[in-house]
Amino acid sequence: MRYELVVNGTPREVDSSWLGESLLYVLRERLGLPGSKNACEQGECGSCSVLLDGRLVCACLVLAASAVGAEITTVEGLGGEGPEDLDPIQRAFVEAGAVQCGFCTPGLVVAVHDLLRRVPQPSEWEIREAISGNLCRCTGYGRILDAVQRAARAFAEQAVTR
Amino acid sequence: MTVLERPRRATRGVGVSAPRPDGVPKVRGQFQFSSDLFAEGMLWGHVLRSPHPSARIRRLDVGPAWAIDGVRAVLTAADVPGAPTYGLEIPDQPVLAADVVRYMGEPVVAVAADHPETARRAAAAVLVDYEPLDPLVDPEDAISAPPIHPDGNVFRHLRIEHGDPEARGEVVVEGTYEVGMQDQAFMGPESGLAVPAEDGGVDLYIATQWLHVDRDQVARCLGLPLEKVRLHLAGVGGAFGAREDVSIQVHLCLLALATGRPVKMVLSREDSFFSHVHRHPARIWLRHQADRQGRLVRVDARVLLDGGAYASSSTAVISNATAFATGPYRVPNATVDGWVVRTNNPPCGAMRGFGAVQACFAYEAQMDKLAAALGMDPVQLRLANALRHGDTLITGQRIEGSAPVAQVIEAAAGAPLPAVGPEALPDVALPGGAGRTATRSRVRRGVGFAVGYKNLMYSEGFDDASEARVRLELAEDGPLATVTCAAAEVGQGFVTLARQICEEELGVERVVLAPPSTARIGSAGSTSASRQTWMSGGAVAEACRAVAGRLLERAARRLGTDPGRLVLAEGAVQALEGADALSVAELLAEGPLEETVTFHHRQTEPLDERGQGDAHVAFAFAAHRAVVDVDLDLGLVKVVQIATAQDVGRVLNPLQVLGQIEGGIAQGVGLAVMEEIVLDQGRVRNPSFTDYLIPTALDMPDVAVAALVEEPEPGAPFGAKGVGEPPTISSTPAVVAAIRAATGLPLTRVPVRPADIALATPGDPRP
Ligand code: FES
Ligand code: FES
Repeated sequence: MRYELVVNGTPREVDSSWLGESLLYVLRERLGLPGSKNACEQGECGSCSVLLDGRLVCACLVLAASAVGAEITTVEGLGGEGPEDLDPIQRAFVEAGAVQCGFCTPGLVVAVHDLLRRVPQPSEWEIREAISGNLCRCTGYGRILDAVQRAARAFAEQAVTR
Repeated sequence: MTVLERPRRATRGVGVSAPRPDGVPKVRGQFQFSSDLFAEGMLWGHVLRSPHPSARIRRLDVGPAWAIDGVRAVLTAADVPGAPTYGLEIPDQPVLAADVVRYMGEPVVAVAADHPETARRAAAAVLVDYEPLDPLVDPEDAISAPPIHPDGNVFRHLRIEHGDPEARGEVVVEGTYEVGMQDQAFMGPESGLAVPAEDGGVDLYIATQWLHVDRDQVARCLGLPLEKVRLHLAGVGGAFGAREDVSIQVHLCLLALATGRPVKMVLSREDSFFSHVHRHPARIWLRHQADRQGRLVRVDARVLLDGGAYASSSTAVISNATAFATGPYRVPNATVDGWVVRTNNPPCGAMRGFGAVQACFAYEAQMDKLAAALGMDPVQLRLANALRHGDTLITGQRIEGSAPVAQVIEAAAGAPLPAVGPEALPDVALPGGAGRTATRSRVRRGVGFAVGYKNLMYSEGFDDASEARVRLELAEDGPLATVTCAAAEVGQGFVTLARQICEEELGVERVVLAPPSTARIGSAGSTSASRQTWMSGGAVAEACRAVAGRLLERAARRLGTDPGRLVLAEGAVQALEGADALSVAELLAEGPLEETVTFHHRQTEPLDERGQGDAHVAFAFAAHRAVVDVDLDLGLVKVVQIATAQDVGRVLNPLQVLGQIEGGIAQGVGLAVMEEIVLDQGRVRNPSFTDYLIPTALDMPDVAVAALVEEPEPGAPFGAKGVGEPPTISSTPAVVAAIRAATGLPLTRVPVRPADIALATPGDPRP
């Protein structure tokens, strides 16, 4: 069967043999967007985090066909066009050393987007709570916390200069 | 959080916090992990695993699987063309089980189909008639029980006898300690893509820690010559020891060769728990004897590790657990027996810390016990016995390198304590988090201390050499260095370091790394044992120096002088005296330069029958002080702070060292209070992230790095020691010591469970 998903602002045709496919599977295997990750496919790790009409969801828990008509934003839709064109959160992750193996990174970048949109200047405990659904096995989260704080500062500076 | 960043004049080269070269693609979601691979016309693989820890296979009928539309291959043990078994050290593990299964999760049938769901359904349709057997699950029983494998039940017994067997101390403490089965729980599931090649061979793109040792095992099982099996590193989503063994490698290649099509496999989290080895559960008995001043006189120990169903790296893990059973202390007299045995539990092998973790939990508990018996401060007791350069270990080896044990102890112990107590913390920071905690007045704070150590590189005579090639050429925009090395980047940052080393040695600004592959270069050894910075870093540095030497020769010819009178600096070859200089770019106009070198560490020797020998290359030490809050009624623990100091030789990239320390501590904290594969008669009860809990951002304490002790290690490239494992070793016992301090309970087992605190039996001393 065929259906259409709007991903990162672009309508995409999905041609799938099985309605049971998750949004994560369709993004990764049918639409060539493997940025959203698959560490558990059971809603436990946050590596598949995407925004669905602006809400943070685990793409592994959403049936792709049920996302018809929604605005889907994946990690691939967050930076700019150029290869080095990062948004402030992505830049902060690179600079703060928040990336090791990087498997948790795309999900965290999306989750932090959601956090900073809701709470532009979060406290340390607000950050810890907001990303506690995103498992990282490499970093111990220390540099990730630093990255989120850096990104919050960068957004604040942007707002001032604007 | 303290970040030790000294002012350095350089912004590149060794010693700076260079950013990861793969950082940008990783934050954009463009880095290709092994689960992101794609090939036109590819099939999906799936493996059917045993639901029993021990059973005979009476009958196997693959017919129903073939009946499903879209199924392209259904393979059993009879379809393995080469050796039926594989293994890191001993090939005792079947690729696919033939007549018996020895652990829950053992592969039985491999399937390929058009869709991953079809492959799963087909595997489920295979009819396997099992005759369940009584599993052998207690490692104590394994030694005398009838063998459950033709190779027997004892993988290795090792005995260390050191010093005077009659020596006695006045103060004696003893105890038995247990460590549960920990999982590496990397985030990127086992995955890969096998592509059949025109020469009848196969190309396997796989996430692994050691391409060449995988290649050797896969080729043997496929019955193919080594050159027809080419392994290429695909993006690795963490490893921590779990990718040192072969898991899906052979299955993928068999399916690709059987179907003539590319086959991809991505394991579910549940299958991931079943398909890699875990940290060995341990039972360790120790008796310490000291004089009244607190000097250790003798230690006796018995170490028993549960190796599970197959050998993996068990024989090396027990070597560490036995050799390091007495800790980083001067112990003049010791007798240690170590066994690692086969059971019907899941196979165990490498995990960060590799045998040293289990030992440290036990000997550090003993040191606290001894301090209490002596009425001594636990930190002072450790300082009084701390190993130093020149001391002799219980294996008879003299420490020739740096051993700043006292320094790491003093620095970690002296770190500032957290500013606020549990009474002033927000709810979310209390044990159990917001809303689940009992009254604040029942939360007790405790502080605990531990120090540990471990060997770097492989031991006991093993030559784990690394090969690297460096090519320097003139590209459009200047000199370009290309590094080829098979070292697996698993997240630790070798890719960053290799660039920094080239910058340092050759003064080049542009460095690229060729994709690691067995088709390009020889072995780099495993990304484990804290060894890649030393071994592959050393290989890259030597290859750079060889290239630099040839640059100097070129320049010497042109300038009509001797290469010994020239130096390479700031992108040019300059005369030591006089003003002659030639830029690297000018020199490369003659053509590229390329050198390949193999780097070896100092030769070590096997342990003799008394466990004596110069078996280890070098050692690294770390100390941890933990602060915890414990809810006495609910038994919940919040680790508040870990202060640490670590012996690093020399810091090559401060940010990456910090990342290793924080990440390693997270795994140590996990083992202390959260992480265990729960077994019931050999059955794994919690193979998911719902039930196997690893620390989240809310669980993770503040980490305070009090000192990175830089005493350059002789023989180590740049004087640097590996830093990945020490953070995981003593963080666990430090946390448990802190819980003991808060509760007054003996707590001899990790992970400490809520019931161990809340339901402590009446005989236990209560707070
Ligand atoms: S993959 Fe979706 S939450 Fe883990
Ligand atoms: S960086 Fe590896 S899981 Fe987070």
